[in-house]
Amino acid sequence: MQTIQDKIGHFPRQLEDESIYILREVAAQFERPALLFSGGKDSITLVRLAQKAFFPGKIPFPLVHIDTGHNFPETIEFRDWLAKETGAELIVRYVQDSIDQGKAKEESGKYASRNVLQTVTLLDTIEEFKFDACIGGARRDEEKARAKERIFSVRDDFGQWDAKRQRPELFDMLNGRIAVGENVRVFPISNWTELDVWNYIKEEKMEIPSIYYSHKRQVIERDGMLWADSEYLNKEADEIPFEATVRFRTVGDMTCTAAVASDATDIDVIIEEILSAEISERGARIDDKRSEAAMEKRKQQGYF
Amino acid sequence: MDILRIATAGSVDDGKSTLIGRLLYETNSITKDKIEALESASKRKGLDFLDLSLLTDGLIAEREQGITIDVANIYFSTPTRKYIIADTPGHVEYTRNMVTGASNAKVSLILVDARQGVVEQTARHLSIAAMLRIPKVIICVNKMDLVQYQESTFNTIKESLSELVAQTTFEGQEISFLPISSLYGQNITQKTSEMPWFKGNTLLGELEAFEYASSLAHAPARFPVQFVVRPMTEAYHDFRGYAGKISSGTFNVGDAIRVLPTGQESKIATIEKFETKLDQAIAGDSVTITLTTDVDISRGNTLVLASEENAPALKDFSAQVCWLDHTALSPGKTYLLQHGINTTKAKISQITERLDVATQTSTQGVDTLNLNEIGTIALRTAQPISADQYAANPANGAFILIDEFTNSTVGVGFVK
Repeated sequence: MQTIQDKIGHFPRQLEDESIYILREVAAQFERPALLFSGGKDSITLVRLAQKAFFPGKIPFPLVHIDTGHNFPETIEFRDWLAKETGAELIVRYVQDSIDQGKAKEESGKYASRNVLQTVTLLDTIEEFKFDACIGGARRDEEKARAKERIFSVRDDFGQWDAKRQRPELFDMLNGRIAVGENVRVFPISNWTELDVWNYIKEEKMEIPSIYYSHKRQVIERDGMLWADSEYLNKEADEIPFEATVRFRTVGDMTCTAAVASDATDIDVIIEEILSAEISERGARIDDKRSEAAMEKRKQQGYF
Repeated sequence: MDILRIATAGSVDDGKSTLIGRLLYETNSITKDKIEALESASKRKGLDFLDLSLLTDGLIAEREQGITIDVANIYFSTPTRKYIIADTPGHVEYTRNMVTGASNAKVSLILVDARQGVVEQTARHLSIAAMLRIPKVIICVNKMDLVQYQESTFNTIKESLSELVAQTTFEGQEISFLPISSLYGQNITQKTSEMPWFKGNTLLGELEAFEYASSLAHAPARFPVQFVVRPMTEAYHDFRGYAGKISSGTFNVGDAIRVLPTGQESKIATIEKFETKLDQAIAGDSVTITLTTDVDISRGNTLVLASEENAPALKDFSAQVCWLDHTALSPGKTYLLQHGINTTKAKISQITERLDVATQTSTQGVDTLNLNEIGTIALRTAQPISADQYAANPANGAFILIDEFTNSTVGVGFVK
């Protein structure tokens, strides 16, 4: 029988070497870097890489989580476990606080989510701690606008990305010089694909939140996708929750991440599913579907 | 598995994005939802075929104008290799993006429109591939369907490029020509019956077969120290490791090393990769090296093998540069020079000549280098840099110039 490795090959270790190089540059070039941790597989991969980059030393920057309040409880539990396991400092800031302070306003309607509101809390957190570099797990294969973003992406005081004013990045030289008030978003796994991440998690035998694996859950069907039922989801009268066996391919908020019907209880089956999937990873992210240029527009506003 | 990085270049409308879309499509690298999105977008544009270029033109302005503005990175895999394509625009004014996208590439794909033949851009691309010392160039003569698949058209283009190829190529560079149709997927991943006269491989076949022998592992050994690891914990009380990515060559445990620029010598005690201890590490490996003796080493120092002669220390030297900024390079001005991870001030004393890459002719006595222009400069750095000649060891021979006031990366240089 053909194994997963026959089909997709071994994880290209060059990617790990390159990502570790980037993380070391961040630690060396910036005074107050932070790793933006979402609890998803990409940021978990980043934590693993950071562990390796500075071993046997500790990770020299904090993990920062912008908690929307709409996270899956499994994600939060995992986050706390990982911080303890790695000995990394964990900083959590809440979107609810930004709403209470009147800086952000809850969306309404059945597609309401706090995805966009996160930006407000993120920018406040950057200011509070004077972070000059924020490391994120975005990958270029996820989305067309992301395919054009640099590894060191300079943002102005308002966190805004300007696609036309990006610095050229040549060879592996990273220029992290910034003016006061500016900060840099750093994407060490820019060149990894979804399959690379899964292949890495498999080869490294990494722990991931349980919701990536098949489980039973109350869901509703909307727009041909399965949405996790929760107190945060605005349901219409005919959207009646039912139990289904599902897993999540990508983990965002409960209000903007769709589940896929799946019996995959181990990582080999997950990889098989991705190989035969007919829908791309971010196809399950309702936040991206708002318009053809949804991601680029959010990035211009300071989104991650 | 390894990674092969490819740069694509071409003029406006010669079908570069379509070619990439084709590669993704035929290697099953795009999913159904993306194809459906393409179908509806193509229909909206009134096209009766799949406009695969819509896959890569990601920015709003690009879709509006139907052009590619910035470097886009695109990924596909076969069971043997992971491919990363830097899709770079072919407009004259965007040469800087082309140099940027191609800087990491091992293969350069150059597109030529079969109806138009060789244009100035083709020459520009060939020269840039040579300047960056890209080991393989594949010249794809595209839109063969529009010239009735004539062998004579293909041969004419091939011949008209032969002089330029001879002029720009360097020893060890492989150059091949392929007749293709991106629109109909001919000679991309599958041979076509329309061009029985072409006996060569398909494009994917060429890419799969290309071995860039680990020439980097045999180059002089260079290990720039990025970060000093000093845990100062109980378990690792005296641990002092030098973390970095090997630029070129090979290091073994027990090797005698020299520290640049200080000249101190020591011996490698361990080479570590997380919890694994290695006997050997080669170019591209991110490792942590410990030494047998206490030496004063900090970020920016470079470890080399003590057995290798002529370790470089450059302070006054000349370099080829490509200017990347809207504000022109002006002699006399101080810039920051970043070589690898190391930064020092640099003053450009003179522009020796400007090169017209399209014609391969140079002009002396120029005062400035503008955006997208290439020239030779003489410069002096505040601290010596441990750089090799780019032609001899590309992994340790390039640098960038940074404007001290805007912090922008304004130029890229290649040590002569």
